[in-house]
Amino acid sequence: MSELRGIYTLWLREIKRYLRERVRIVSSFFQPILWLVVFGAGIRFPTSGVTSLGYQEFIFPGIIGQTLLFTSMFMGISVIWDREFEFLKEILVAPISRVSIFLGKMLGASTDALIQGVIVFSLGFVVGVPVNTITFFQTLPLMLLITFGLVCIGLTIASFISSLESFGVIQSFVNLPLFFLSGALFPLSNVPGWLQWVSYVNPLTYGVDALRTVILGGSWTPLSPLHYDVLVVCVFDAAMILVGTLAFSRRR
Amino acid sequence: MSHIIETMNLSKKFGALTAVEKLNIEVEKGEVFGLLGPNGAGKTTTISMLCTILKPTSGTATVNGFDIVKQAAEVRRSIGIVFQEPSVDDRLTGRENLVMHANLYGVPTGERRRRIEVVLKLVELEDRADDLLRTYSSGMRRRLEIARGLIHYPKVLFLDEPTIGLDPQTREHIWAYIRELSKREDITVILTTHYMEEADKLCDRIAIIDYGKIVALDTPRSLKEKLEGEIITIKTKDAERLSEKLRESGLVDKTSVAGDELKLNVKEGHTTLPRIVEMAAGFGIHVEYVSLHEPDLGDVFLHYTGRGIRSEGGEEYHGFTAVRRRQIR
Repeated sequence: MSELRGIYTLWLREIKRYLRERVRIVSSFFQPILWLVVFGAGIRFPTSGVTSLGYQEFIFPGIIGQTLLFTSMFMGISVIWDREFEFLKEILVAPISRVSIFLGKMLGASTDALIQGVIVFSLGFVVGVPVNTITFFQTLPLMLLITFGLVCIGLTIASFISSLESFGVIQSFVNLPLFFLSGALFPLSNVPGWLQWVSYVNPLTYGVDALRTVILGGSWTPLSPLHYDVLVVCVFDAAMILVGTLAFSRRR
Repeated sequence: MSHIIETMNLSKKFGALTAVEKLNIEVEKGEVFGLLGPNGAGKTTTISMLCTILKPTSGTATVNGFDIVKQAAEVRRSIGIVFQEPSVDDRLTGRENLVMHANLYGVPTGERRRRIEVVLKLVELEDRADDLLRTYSSGMRRRLEIARGLIHYPKVLFLDEPTIGLDPQTREHIWAYIRELSKREDITVILTTHYMEEADKLCDRIAIIDYGKIVALDTPRSLKEKLEGEIITIKTKDAERLSEKLRESGLVDKTSVAGDELKLNVKEGHTTLPRIVEMAAGFGIHVEYVSLHEPDLGDVFLHYTGRGIRSEGGEEYHGFTAVRRRQIR
C-alpha cells in the first residue's frame, strides 16, 4: 500500500512539473506542425503504389510516433536533472523500494509523453487528416503502450550517465535511427532490403504500423496485423521495464 | 539497546582512499551530537552510511536498533535528513514538497495537513508555503528542509552542515530552531559541521574527526578544559623561526604555525606573554600583534590534529570550488 502511494506521489510530481512548463507545452505544437504542414505538403512523396493515401495522411501517425519517441527519450533527462540538483537523494532515502521509484518515474514520464501525443493527434483535426473521436479513444491506449518502453530506454541511459551534455548526444544517437527506420516518414518498401531487416527489429516500426492501422483504417495496408503489432510492443515494454528497473536499482 | 546510534568498526573506502576508518561511536537518546572536522574528514561519508545511502565497506552500525545494512527500510523510516546541498524540488511549492515527503514516508493522510501546519509554523514559513521553491532564499530552503525532515516524526534527525553558505543572521536563526527542537521534541540530532562556533553552541557532545578517524570525543566544555591554561596568538613574518627559538628556550612546549600566525598553549598566560615578546625582540623578530584568550574548539582541534581546521578565507574558497565542480560534472 505504501509502495503504491509512493508510486502515485512520484507520478504526480512528474505531471505537476510538466504542466508548469508552459513554454515547453506551447513549443511542442510547433515541431509536429512543421513536419505535417511544411514537410508533408512540400515533399509530396510518391506514395502511390504503396497506398492510395496523400502524404500528409501517411505521415500523420508517423509524426505521432515521433513525438512519443522524442518526448519519452527526453524525459530521461529528468533523472539527470534530479541527480544534479541533489533531489534524487531525497527520494532515494525515502522508505520505498527502488522498483517503486522507477515505476513512479516511468508512469509520470509516460503520461507526459501521452499528453504530447494527444496534442499532436488534435492537430489532425486542424490539418485535415481524417481523424475522429472514435479513433482518438482507440489511439490513446496504443500511445501509452508505445511510450512505456521508450521512456524506459531514456531512464536506463540516464541512470548510467551523469552529465546533461552526454545524455543529449546519446539521446539523438538513439532517437534518429529509431525514427528514420520506423517507417514514420516513408514506406519501408522504399529502403534496401538489408535496411528493411533493421527496421523489423525496431520496436517503433510496430508502434507506427499499429497507429496507422487504427487511424487510417482500410486505406492502409498494414505491415503486420494489429494484434501482432501490439504484442511486439508489449514484449518490448516488459523487457525494457525489467532492464530499467535493474539499471535503477544498482546501489553504489 | 540504550544507544540510539551505535557504530561497530564502521569503515568506508573509495578505491585506495579510506574515507572512514573503523569508527566506533555511541550516541545517547535525546542528545545533540556533533561530528566536527575539516572538509573531507569523512563526516558526510559517515552520515551517508548511517542514512543507508552508502554501503559500508566493512563494519556496521545500528540506528534506532536497526542494522543499516540489513534493515535499511526500517532505518529510513526512523530518520530525517537535511543534506548538505539543498535537495528540494524547486518547481514545486513549499507545501507540495512537504506533502510529497509525507506521502513517501507513509504519514497517514488524515494527519498530514495538521503536521504540515505544525512544521511550517516551527520554521516560520506559513506565509510562503504556497510559493514555488525557486523564489525562496537559501536560508528559507534550508528551513523548509528542516521542516520536511520532521514531518514523519523521526527518532533521529541528521543535519549535514546545516548552516553552510548561509549569512550569519540566518545561521543564528537555524541554531535557535535546532536548540528549540531538541528541547521540545523527543528527538536525537546528529550534525556535522566545520564551524567551531556551531559545534560549541549546539552540541551536547562532539566527536572531532580527522582523516576518517575520531581524535577526541567529549562535551565541548571538557574538550576545552583538557587544554589547560591559555592560548597566545602571535602574528609575525618570522613565525617559524620564533617558534623554534621558543621551543629551544623551554618556555613553551606546544607551538603551531599557520602562515604568519604562531599559536602557543601556555599555563600562565599573563606572566609568560611579556617574556615571549622580550625574547622575540632579543632575536630581532618583529611582532605585529599578540593576543591572549581562553582555548576555543579551534584550539582543541589544533591540539589534537596539529593543524588548524581551516582559515575562514580558505574555507569560502573550498566551498566555492566544491560547488563549481558539482555543476560542471
